[in-house]
Amino acid sequence: MTATDTAPAIVPSFDDPSSEGRKLAIICSKGSLDMAYPGLILANAAIGEGVETHLFFTFWGFDMINKATMGDLKFSFVGNTAMHPPGHTGLGIHHMLGALPGATAAATALLKKQIAEQDVPEVPEFLELLSASGVHLWACRMSADMNHLTEDDLYEGVEGIISASDFIELTDGAQLLFI
Amino acid sequence: MTTTTIAGHEVDVNEEGFLTRPEEWSEDLAPELAQLIGLQLSEDHWKLIHFLREDYAAQGETATLRRVSTQTGTPVKTLFTLFPGKPAKKMAYVSGLPKPKGCV
Repeated sequence: MTATDTAPAIVPSFDDPSSEGRKLAIICSKGSLDMAYPGLILANAAIGEGVETHLFFTFWGFDMINKATMGDLKFSFVGNTAMHPPGHTGLGIHHMLGALPGATAAATALLKKQIAEQDVPEVPEFLELLSASGVHLWACRMSADMNHLTEDDLYEGVEGIISASDFIELTDGAQLLFI
Repeated sequence: MTTTTIAGHEVDVNEEGFLTRPEEWSEDLAPELAQLIGLQLSEDHWKLIHFLREDYAAQGETATLRRVSTQTGTPVKTLFTLFPGKPAKKMAYVSGLPKPKGCV
């Protein structure tokens, strides 16, 4: 023992057995840019805390792993009454202005810029980061069938196209988030 | 805050055991901190520790895992191998720095 003590050495409990076996499952069901990030960020945080993490992409969330759409998710503020310009929380923008031509493109560009300023990667690179960190990525069978998509159409890090019951089975005992 | 002695160095630590004064860290303390959490430092560990120390001095905050990876060109997978389980926190601990605050 190299730590001699005035008070006994306090050592962080990084490998605390009580947190062993913790699992987190996140269902990503949205395909808009703003709703793609919460799941990705939480998954990244969880895996960095040593939590076994599974992401299940379903319905519109399929766009997050479809190679044709994953790099081009959009943000619209139609219906989002909380919309305001960055840094101006008191200054509302009427959400129906988001229906004007070009509004979605402008809002998307602005949000992407804000995200990049936080040094947070775009969706495809984020998936790469998660995959390299050991997060499990799963695609929903029904979403694949509805859209006539196969594994070839999906991001390479996706481990498989699985049914809802497969997902329930493999996340036995997991904490669950639906986004 | 508690004062404790690790390898002959008196250091201030918080309730989790992280050093609260990064300036109390020194290179001969790192292997001792590493040992306390079950790690043996290799050249690869040292490269990252040096980056973390320099980046903290420049930025005033501890680099997140992604920042360590992009700035040092180390694949994330390697970081998880070198500092298993909770790489960002383990790197910070061995480097005598606070836990990273950033989300990604």
